[in-house]
Amino acid sequence: MRNANPWKAAVAAGVLLLAVACGSGGGTDGGGAAERKNVGKGEGRVDIIAWAGYAEDGSNDPKADWVHPFEKQTGCKVNTKTAGTSDEMVSLMKTGQYDTVSASGDATLRLIAAGDVAPVNTRLVPNYRDIFSGLKMRPFNSKDGKMYGIPHGRGANLLMYRTDKVSPAPDSWKAVFDGAAKYAGKVTAYDSPIYIADAALYLMKTRPALGIKDPYALDRTQLDAAVALLKKQRQQIGEYWSDYQKEVTAFKGGDSVVGTTWQVIANTAAAEKAPVKAVLPEEGATGWSDTWMVSAKAAHPNCAYKWLDWIVSPKVNAQVAEYFGEAPANAKACEETAAPRHCAVYHADDEAYYRRVHFWTTPVPQCLDGRRNVKCTDYAEWTRAWTEIKG
Amino acid sequence: MSATRHEPRARGRLAALLAPPLLWLVLAYLGSLAVLLLSAFWTTDPFTSDVVHTWTTDNFRDILTTPVYRTVALRTLGIAVAVTLLDALLALPMAFFMARVAAGRLRRALLVAVLTPLWAGYLVKAYAWRVMLGEHGIINAALAPLGLHGPGYGTAAVVLVLAYLWLPYMILPVHAALERLPAHQLEASADLGAGTVRTLRSVVAPAVRPALLAGSVFTFSLSLGDYLTVQIVGGRTQLLGNVIASQVTLDLPLAAALSAVPVALVVCYLAAVRRAGALDSL
Repeated sequence: MRNANPWKAAVAAGVLLLAVACGSGGGTDGGGAAERKNVGKGEGRVDIIAWAGYAEDGSNDPKADWVHPFEKQTGCKVNTKTAGTSDEMVSLMKTGQYDTVSASGDATLRLIAAGDVAPVNTRLVPNYRDIFSGLKMRPFNSKDGKMYGIPHGRGANLLMYRTDKVSPAPDSWKAVFDGAAKYAGKVTAYDSPIYIADAALYLMKTRPALGIKDPYALDRTQLDAAVALLKKQRQQIGEYWSDYQKEVTAFKGGDSVVGTTWQVIANTAAAEKAPVKAVLPEEGATGWSDTWMVSAKAAHPNCAYKWLDWIVSPKVNAQVAEYFGEAPANAKACEETAAPRHCAVYHADDEAYYRRVHFWTTPVPQCLDGRRNVKCTDYAEWTRAWTEIKG
Repeated sequence: MSATRHEPRARGRLAALLAPPLLWLVLAYLGSLAVLLLSAFWTTDPFTSDVVHTWTTDNFRDILTTPVYRTVALRTLGIAVAVTLLDALLALPMAFFMARVAAGRLRRALLVAVLTPLWAGYLVKAYAWRVMLGEHGIINAALAPLGLHGPGYGTAAVVLVLAYLWLPYMILPVHAALERLPAHQLEASADLGAGTVRTLRSVVAPAVRPALLAGSVFTFSLSLGDYLTVQIVGGRTQLLGNVIASQVTLDLPLAAALSAVPVALVVCYLAAVRRAGALDSL
């Protein structure tokens, strides 16, 4: 043994490593998973990936708790992983360790294409029939006539500002782009490549010569213009945010005074006595339409289906919608909200209103606005551009 | 000798004892690094972010030709060097006082004071600094009477917080080296007529240098790999770790190729430190 050739050992180890390496990548079977035929007894546990505010268990606000009642009713213990960006959700779902995810439109198609999620048998989710028809069978949550999840709710990315530091009250995204110099070092922006669409939306209204029709369908020239705008904006940025608590503290402490936000952040900051206000600017806004999807490799599919039905049930959907500050997906939820006019305020069934909101979508080479003569920039290019913008 | 008689059995026992840790070292520890570097030569499907097993060196070419990666790499290197220098400057007098001046209870108390923060959570400490460095934080409040303004969030804040986080890793080896320094060497130096400066240069410095370099390996390499502190107090700056983290979810091969950069930097640094002789006593 003492004289054993060290090279032999090294080669053996190398071969072993290669085998391990090649085995780890695995193959994707492109949506081979079939939808379920029935929902059986719960497995005692469900692992969830959610946006902050979607799976509250009372630890942030004792009044916001729809996780414990679910656990009590179904016996499924809920493990929640809060994600800050869609990219994080996609990568977490790839691990196969989670059963269900509240995916936005810029994640859903990627998850479907990669075979990470399975089609959902909507007959097994009784509350699905009360979902607004405007949210059913949409291009971002279905494929080949099959629903790949249960719609949860929708809303817009808003402009938030400190009422004591920003005047006059802004009603345009100009406050964070061309007019950002006024608040140099105190402007904030969402730290994700998808934020490029916010710049594109602003250019769509302010520089019509660029010909942007859809902020998610940008050809090379249009992307370059958006990147140039964001690079200019970076000079005035104090910090970028992707952790919602971080933005709450930044606005509370006055480190940020104006920037993009979610209603839930504005609500949390206001509840903590920060003088902030959030508005939907005149240009419209980017936004999200979320869908609860089930993993193709779900270890607890029965509990996942029970969660899907629970989270869009009228009462819970109303609670989540009010806590997060969005339009609920369930039509009956509008009768359950504590604020009687919640659905009217958030335009729950107002399709005309939501035409002003450009829902997050994954940019792909085939232009989403229907142009055939050019190739659009895809999400990988947006990601590289985002790294470049941050410098 | 009985050792000769029992040699085969002893060797068997030694092999059994060493096999699990060696297996761990090679498979789990070095193996994962090898897999990471191997995946740097693959590519991804741009839409689904799935890894496609096609052999290519494009990722490395991208890294070398894209200016932004160079900027970020240089910024990261600069911050790591600044953190190391700052820690060395803070650790030297501190360790000297602890090892040679303070005695008894004071020395123990100082040692505890250096060690205790090491046991507190990383995030807790970083967020504490975020609060202190904020617009209405304690640092701005303390500087206000002098007409000054704190660094706010940004590169300076990152250097400050990282230097704070890694300081014990610098103090401890330097303290150990100074403690080991025999008192009679200092006395001999004085007897031979050397002043304080001469003694520091000719007696203390050679004894401390290897420890300082060993400590700097920690502060330098830990700073190179950090990406959370910069997220918490870095404002709009990004370091190599952030770029890697943002790519990991979308383009694992590119992230793997990027992570080769800090690895290469640390290897170069270790080589330089070895030439300086700090690793001779290992």
